[in-house]
Amino acid sequence: MSPVLRIKGLSKSYTPGKPVLRGIDLDIGATGMTAVIGPSGTGKSTLLRCINRLVEPSAGSILMEGQDLAALRGRALRLARRRIGMVFQEYNLVERLSVMENVLTGRLGYVPLWRAWMRRYPDADIERAFALLDAVGLPDQATRRADALSGGQRQRVGIARALMQSPALLLADEPTSSLDPKTAVEVMELMARLTGEAGVPVIVNIHNVELAKRFALRIIGMSGGAVIFDGPPEALEPAHLRQIYGGENWLDG
Amino acid sequence: MAERRNPFPPSWPARIGFGLGLAYLAYAAGQLGIDGERLLRGFGEGGRFLARMVPPNFERWELLVEGLLESLQIAVLSTLLGIVLSLPLGLMASRNLAPLWLSTPVRGVIALCRSLHYVIVAILFVKAIGFGALAGVAALTIASMGFIAKLFAEAIEEISMKQVEAVRASGAGPAAVLIYGVLPQVASRFLGFSIYQLDSNLRNSTLVGIVGAGGIGGTLFAAFKRFDYEFVSAILLCIIALIFGAELLAGRIRAALR
Repeated sequence: MSPVLRIKGLSKSYTPGKPVLRGIDLDIGATGMTAVIGPSGTGKSTLLRCINRLVEPSAGSILMEGQDLAALRGRALRLARRRIGMVFQEYNLVERLSVMENVLTGRLGYVPLWRAWMRRYPDADIERAFALLDAVGLPDQATRRADALSGGQRQRVGIARALMQSPALLLADEPTSSLDPKTAVEVMELMARLTGEAGVPVIVNIHNVELAKRFALRIIGMSGGAVIFDGPPEALEPAHLRQIYGGENWLDG
Repeated sequence: MAERRNPFPPSWPARIGFGLGLAYLAYAAGQLGIDGERLLRGFGEGGRFLARMVPPNFERWELLVEGLLESLQIAVLSTLLGIVLSLPLGLMASRNLAPLWLSTPVRGVIALCRSLHYVIVAILFVKAIGFGALAGVAALTIASMGFIAKLFAEAIEEISMKQVEAVRASGAGPAAVLIYGVLPQVASRFLGFSIYQLDSNLRNSTLVGIVGAGGIGGTLFAAFKRFDYEFVSAILLCIIALIFGAELLAGRIRAALR
């Protein structure tokens, strides 16, 4: 199967001469979850944000559905973005909007502005939003304000919002790092199940190596802005972790 | 042994600044010639003046009501116009959403609106477009723009960009990002500014009449000039009642919005 995303020579420097990403080459398959692991500050978030252009790449190309995301502007960029869902570490819900409005935010790339403003979404969108809220386990929360929810509930809304876009690709930037261990597993399970059912490939940045191994089909280890491990979870040995994170005392339990 | 570090080292710039401030205070007080004798004489005059203000004279109440209604109209119109014009101005002046080449000149325009006191602006408008309420509306609109647009820009600069980022990532266009990512975060504060501005425009609209820009101020100034202090006190009481009423209403609206 051809890859959904083909990243070539992707580089990013926030300040000249100090690259955060050093020429990343990656192909992302059309299904399944890919986990990116690596120490903080190694460019995992930057990599994800270059894909939907919340961050401007300095060099390289990102091919998706035949177009180079790194070169898009204006309307073409927005049309590409609506095909890429994103789940954030701190959920990034618009706190003063209701849960339903937050989920429908995922349709802003599709519906005309006046409909969004007047909250006159197509019936199909509303039905789908309710179906997604049911699927993420929040059937009765649609009218509550987003800031009234707990962390786990907010991330479920975040997942519903991303899937509302009918994305061809889902990016998740440390979706579990702000959650307790039990909720983290539940959220990962939910994300894996719903994207699996919809056949949406996922790229997830994650600090928890155990969670990554449990849910991902492929692990990418990054260090110093470069990919230094790329393979199935079974192939990830302690030696690789030492190489990715450096040091070794932390590995002894 | 190393020298013991001072946990609270003296700040010489602050001390010098404080000293300079004290010196200026003494100099200014000396220049203005405020002394005990002058104060006593002033209090005596004040007492006589107050005595001539009672009892308030409401005989010409038609004139009074007409002036108050005009002031009210000036206040409401100029606040509405000011709000409508401030929305785009504030947005364009916010440094986190607007590019620098846009926000810098717009900030200049807002600063210009604020730089002159509204009474001076009212005089300018009276000279330019003639006596009457139109000049008052124009002057207070400028004042409202300077105030609301600045506060609005600051409110926008304090929003959480995370929420904006998430809306933008969904492929939303610029207008949709504003409506879904920015407005919900600033709407309540913006309403607060608007109510506050209506409140202060009510006060301001009673004054612009003194320079001929419409409203109760003109009536008040005429009564002063005729030494008709009983009518003056009637007008002042009515203005106080109007402001109190507006205060109550504003409080109710704020409570309802919470």
